[in-house]
Order: sequence, then C-alpha cells, then structure tokens
Amino acid sequence: MPVAPDSSPRFAQYAHPERLVSAEWLEQNLGTPGVVVVESDEDVLLYETGHIPGAVKIDWHTDLNDPVTRDFVDGERFAALLGSKGITRDTTVVLYGDKSNWWAAYALWVFTLFGHEDVRLLDGGRDKWIADGRDVTTETPSPEPVDYPVVERRDSEVRAFRDDVLAHFGNPLIDVRSPEEYSGERTTAPAYPEEGALRAGHIPTARSVPWGRAAAPDGTFRSKDELDAIYRGEAGLNDGDNVIAYCRIGERSSHTWFVLTHLLGFEGVRNYDGSWTEWGSAVRVPIVTGPTPGDLPA
Amino acid sequence: MALPTQLEQIKDEFLELGQRDRLQLLLEFSNELPPLPERYHDHPDLLERVEECQAPVFIFVEVGDDRVVHMYATAPAEAPTTRGFASILAQGLGGLTVDEVLDVPDDFPQMLGLAQAISPLRLRGMTALLGRAKRQVRQKTAA
Repeated sequence: MPVAPDSSPRFAQYAHPERLVSAEWLEQNLGTPGVVVVESDEDVLLYETGHIPGAVKIDWHTDLNDPVTRDFVDGERFAALLGSKGITRDTTVVLYGDKSNWWAAYALWVFTLFGHEDVRLLDGGRDKWIADGRDVTTETPSPEPVDYPVVERRDSEVRAFRDDVLAHFGNPLIDVRSPEEYSGERTTAPAYPEEGALRAGHIPTARSVPWGRAAAPDGTFRSKDELDAIYRGEAGLNDGDNVIAYCRIGERSSHTWFVLTHLLGFEGVRNYDGSWTEWGSAVRVPIVTGPTPGDLPA
Repeated sequence: MALPTQLEQIKDEFLELGQRDRLQLLLEFSNELPPLPERYHDHPDLLERVEECQAPVFIFVEVGDDRVVHMYATAPAEAPTTRGFASILAQGLGGLTVDEVLDVPDDFPQMLGLAQAISPLRLRGMTALLGRAKRQVRQKTAA
C-alpha cells in the first residue's frame, strides 16, 4: 500500500505534489512501515556527522555510479544496493540531502531510471531540517536486508546521450551551469576540481538557467509562479516541449529535471548526464561561446 | 624516495583498515582539524565566498626562520571530507622542512587507499589542496 502523500496546501500548486514532503510530514512518518528515508549528499562523510533518525545513506558516486564504465550501476547492483537499505519495490523512498537537494535530486533521477515508483524529496533538504532544529543522530541504522527485484534500467525516457542531443537541435536545451561555464570563461564550477573538458562554452541554442535559481534561500523550491516566470517566461519553454537539460556531469541538471518534470509538469524532459565533461571534449560537436545561446548548427 | 615518517604513518593507518573504516578514519581526521590560530581570524581571504562553491577551504602556510613548515586550515562543518583532507595535510606536513614538503609526491593522496571509499573524483580535492600548500611554501621561500 502506498503511503499517503503530504497534503500540505503549499504543494498543491505543483504539477505532481505527491513528489514532495514537508519536514512536518516526515517527522510524523519516521518509522511508518513502508517508508525509508535516504540521505544523499555531495560530501561523502556528511551523513556520518549526523542525519535524520533512521535515515540510510546512498552516495551518488560510490553507490550509484559504475566503478569502471562511465555509467550508472546496472540492475543487479541497484537491486543489491536497495535491498541492503531495506527498500523494496513498493517502498516509499523519501530522499533528502545537502545543497538544496542537489544530490538528492540526482539520486531521485537515478531511481527513476530504474522505474522506482514512489520516490519523493524532502522540501528544503538537510539544511532546512537542521536549521529548523529538528532531531539528528549519528546512530547508523542496520536495516533488515530485503529483496529488491533486478530491473533493467530504462535509459530512453528521462536520459539523453550525446547523439540524442545532436538529434534534438531545434528543441529547447537548458544549460544549468554557472554563467562563467556557460559563456566559456571556465570549464568547471567556481572552486570545483577540474573534471576534464577540453573546450569551454555551451551547446548551441541552449538557454542559461543556473539550477540554483529554482531554490529559495532556505533550500525549498520556489513557488509555481516563480518557477513559471523563470522557465516559461525567461527560458521560453512551452507546454509540449521536449527539453534536454545538462550541466557538467548531470547532477545539477537532475535538480532542474525534477523541477521541470514534477513541479511544472513538463513531459518528456531528459537529463543529458554526459553533459559538459563529454560535450566539451567530444570531437567536432558544435560549441558556442559567449553569453547568448547562439544559432542552430548548419 | 621514502615519505617523511609522519606521512608514512598516516598512510599506514589508512591502509591497515578496510574500506568502511577508512571512511571513519577520515572522519576522525576531520574532527581533529584544529581551529585557526587567533592571528588568522580576521584574515580577508576568509570573507571571500565564491558563488556555488564547493566547500570553501582556506589554508595558511607558515615557514619559520628554521625553514620548518606549519600549515593551518579551515573548512565548514558541512564539508567533513574537505576538513579531513585539510587535517591530514596539516598533521602530515606540519613540522617538516621546506625541502621535505616540496618533495612530498604530488600523488600522495592516491596512496591512502581512499579512491574506492570516497571516489577518485573527490580525491582530486585533496590533490589540489596539497598543490596549494606547496605553492604557498614556494611563495614564502622565494626571495
């Protein structure tokens, strides 16, 4: 039985309000059978310094990425991972993390690749939970291992590859990196380690909407009206558009993917996880530099 | 070339452990990072905040008249991994001579057996930090 969604009125404005839960809802549902809380952070040790009581940890890098091939884990590894965290196929998974749920949204997107039905984000994430003075603990739970089925990852619906992007020209692209990365002044986010792109700039015609604009200062998502003003207004997206979002390795754009898909209700939004670390190093793909989107490649 | 004893000891501490415990040891280092000495509290660098910045980490290298190096660092509590890296380097480089610090292999972070536990990508943060420490030593000794 699915666990009833958070019926907070402030979520009702969004296209899929069942994808968000509030801290109040989560506090009441800690320990509810069928709910597993998962923390996913940028920093691999942050969970260990204190987390929501009962929450388990899934690390975007060491758990969700294949250690050899540049790809996500396969169905078998995903099944083993989730089973070890006490998650079954029917579990309501509530994800939260640092930095306005940046990495939690990435984990949610990977869960979506595997078709996990009921996966939600804690609005405001880790920082707001702590800022509100709610309980944290360093006690690590030892969930009873359960069976999670081996399901094949579905890469066609919400994931885009380089060739998909090349075939997508003429449709909207959203570049969610910092303005300096977009214009080509630099290839990495300020103060992040160099991840190896040989060229700087953006994919032709991509609009620049840095991912963090979707988050309010307290880490919660901005209101539907504010999001509409950004994505439909400034970025010019229209209902029925096929959209591809990208960043540097696909994590920041997962956050935007969540906003466009679950909060604004766009269908067919894909995340190009190869992103700039692939595009900026690929031979002969078109690139535009400077602050404007540029023209369609001939 | 052999590592200085204190770096060798840190390396051995990590390599003796299984993957999960290596993460725990990194957390212990993180918790051990001493606060910045008083004299750096109002340092202008600390006011710099880069938009969308990964854990801002600040290091201050001092070289004494005896050419002995000391390193101090600070990083926010929300960045325990970065704090751990800084703490390893502060403990591992502190007390070495200028030449010993400059001779530390640039791939020292790769010797700690952390690639699997935290991912190679994250380890680059520590490599960058070691590079910054050495650069500061060079700047302070260039006369």
